[in-house]
Amino acid sequence: MSTSTHAAPVAVPQQAGHGAPGHGHGHHPGLAHHFDDLEQQRDSAVYGMWAFLAQEVMFFGGLFIAYIVYRNLYPEAFAHASNLLNVPLGATNTAVLLASSLTMALAVRGGATGSKPTQLIMLLATIAFGLTFLVVKYFEYAEKFEHHLVPGPTFMSDPAHVSPFFTAHPEEIPHARIFFFLYFAMTGVHAAHMLVGAGLMAWIFLRAKKGEFVPEHHDALEMSGLYWHFVDIVWIFLFPMIYLLGYHFGDHHG
Amino acid sequence: MSAQAVAAPREKVAAPEHRETYLNHDYSWKSWLFTVDHKRIGILYLLTVAFFVAIGGLFAMMIRAELLTPKGDMLEAETYNKIFTMHGAVMIFFFLIPGVPGVLGNFVLPLMIGARDVAFPKINLLSWYIFVTGGLLTLFVAATGGVDTGWTFYAPYSSTYSNTRVAETAIMVFITGFSSILTGLNFLVTVHTMRAPGMTWFRLPLFVWSAYATSLINVLATPVLAITVLLLALERIFHIGIFDPRVGGDPILFEHMFWFYSHPAVYIMILPAMGVISELVAAFSRKRIFGYSFVAFSSLAIAVLGFLVWGHHMFVSGQSAYAGLVFSVLTVLIAVPTAVKIFNWTATLYQGSVEFATPFLYVLAFFGLFLIGGVTGLFLAAMGLDIHMHDNYFVVSHFHYVMVGGMVTAFFGGLHYWWPKMFGRMYNEAAGKLAALVIFVGFNLTFFPQFIVGYMGMPRRYHAYAPEFQTLNVLSSGGAVILGAGYLLAALNLIWSLKFGKVVTERNPWGATGLEWETQTPPIPHNFEVTPRVTQEAYAYHEMYSGKEAHGVH
Repeated sequence: MSTSTHAAPVAVPQQAGHGAPGHGHGHHPGLAHHFDDLEQQRDSAVYGMWAFLAQEVMFFGGLFIAYIVYRNLYPEAFAHASNLLNVPLGATNTAVLLASSLTMALAVRGGATGSKPTQLIMLLATIAFGLTFLVVKYFEYAEKFEHHLVPGPTFMSDPAHVSPFFTAHPEEIPHARIFFFLYFAMTGVHAAHMLVGAGLMAWIFLRAKKGEFVPEHHDALEMSGLYWHFVDIVWIFLFPMIYLLGYHFGDHHG
Repeated sequence: MSAQAVAAPREKVAAPEHRETYLNHDYSWKSWLFTVDHKRIGILYLLTVAFFVAIGGLFAMMIRAELLTPKGDMLEAETYNKIFTMHGAVMIFFFLIPGVPGVLGNFVLPLMIGARDVAFPKINLLSWYIFVTGGLLTLFVAATGGVDTGWTFYAPYSSTYSNTRVAETAIMVFITGFSSILTGLNFLVTVHTMRAPGMTWFRLPLFVWSAYATSLINVLATPVLAITVLLLALERIFHIGIFDPRVGGDPILFEHMFWFYSHPAVYIMILPAMGVISELVAAFSRKRIFGYSFVAFSSLAIAVLGFLVWGHHMFVSGQSAYAGLVFSVLTVLIAVPTAVKIFNWTATLYQGSVEFATPFLYVLAFFGLFLIGGVTGLFLAAMGLDIHMHDNYFVVSHFHYVMVGGMVTAFFGGLHYWWPKMFGRMYNEAAGKLAALVIFVGFNLTFFPQFIVGYMGMPRRYHAYAPEFQTLNVLSSGGAVILGAGYLLAALNLIWSLKFGKVVTERNPWGATGLEWETQTPPIPHNFEVTPRVTQEAYAYHEMYSGKEAHGVH
């Protein structure tokens, strides 16, 4: 202990850490014990969420890289295989997700203004749009099963749902199988994120119902919003990359 | 009579008063399993990491026992493949990666920056649970069939041909990765938002800088491994052929994606260890670290460059020669920030008041071993030479010098250094020094012969070898026994101290700078009685000892 008087830090009373005088918020019930004030808590939540999203970008990035590499290896097979996807359903889902991003943003705005009815209505709308997306996705997947476009033993065994290109070039069918594997992997991982998002929104809805989100403290609502927007943006990249590239070949079987 | 009456109260004064510490404020098992205290989580990591390193060490001993004779007479080739796979996987995923950040990082990082805890204490506990779950399930998979692909899971062997439990192991690696991601995320945010008043970025201890650089890699590289092993697991389950060249799959893509994580991962393993060395060098030479900002930024430079060199694992794996050339040049570049650290550490020692305490012996061992490991890394970075060295014992020896000689040595040094702060007890100094010496001798005896057999052409991953390599292999196996004994001695000394070691109550037994030495020993549950306010740089040894003879305080 004798040396510590020479050491760098000078102790100050702990109260000095709690916000400058005049802020006057004291101990907010939403303030965790290890933070000094709500601002520090919010900063941590924001940094944490962005770091998490950076992690998510790298996670999806691995799938995108795999897609780009294989698309570059087998451009024709991928272009013709993508024409077997249902573009109208994909476009509908794009619109649904964009709408959900709007309602999500409005729900966060409801948090910032402290309007509980706005929060509740907009969160419900967001959940509804999210579930709509998943239902549409279910019909898309079901169609692929019916048309034998799911990678497996009977892949492309139904002549009615195989483009002329693959009839003429059966050696390209394994490459189309890779396309559909990546299609299911990418949209599947995305759909899993949507499911998590819908669950998250249900939890946030219950908390909003209790009136937890007030203008000075609605971190959870805001951070869930960031997550939701991120999942939307992933789809904004998935849709053109998987559905639209090669659309001009025109042999749509949707 | 009167003398006794005087003596009695004196004894009472001398008896240790009851002080609340993070260890004694609650003894229930629930208070440990549901703790959100970063210090207790650090201790939980210490226990689990010790368990996994013992398992990994057993696998290593089986490898060395098999290699005593040229014939594959102890283990079947298939069993041997499983043993070295599990040795690599357990040591890397459950010891080298979580070791320093999980144990020392959790314990000291919030203390060093003057915080009451990490930014997300519950997520911190979640990381530990994910880690333990992934680890135990991996051992379960190992015990009920195992996996024989090597820890690198190279396709198409792993995706198409291996008959072992690749999919299950891949899923365990997927799960465990999230422990690493969440710890990294926690440290990043903690360093950004939880620093005490006056703790500016350039007053941060260098351990914090290296933990920060490590966390960047954790957050940005680990998810790529997660998606890679997920694709591998899906391929194993559905047999689509995405990594099978017979049906248009590209096995090289798997290798690229695997090393995109796994090369940065070696910096996840070594950067925190370098941070420990920075702390120890300054503390035991009682001198400001030479070139603080160079050492700090070299950590970030290693983290960034570490993302650009993965192709040096693939010089002979079907990558183009031009890509190989670029990766070769970039790999040589990463020697620059590494050398900056080594030079600055040795320059710190110059004219310092060096004290040869146990932790400092580990520092010296680190210098020697890491230097050899690093310089042989340059041999391997040279593409032409690597084509000769690839997949032989030279490579095995190189990465053991860096990982075991580097990370494990620093881990032991750091553990001895912060041990009195963690538990309020001091280990036996003579036994500690002896253990460090035995480890150093045993390590060199184990791994130096491997450079030679490797250079002579002995390939890795075979249970049998040519008879002319036997002498060197026997030396290596004998060294492994000495090395194991050294680690055991060090561990027993630390465990012994918990009950019999000298009680440490002073806050700063080493006379070192740093906020972790300003708080009670062992710390109170919320770390500091009052939030510290920092007014000086991290290594203000000159100010601390000015006007005094610089000497050991303990």
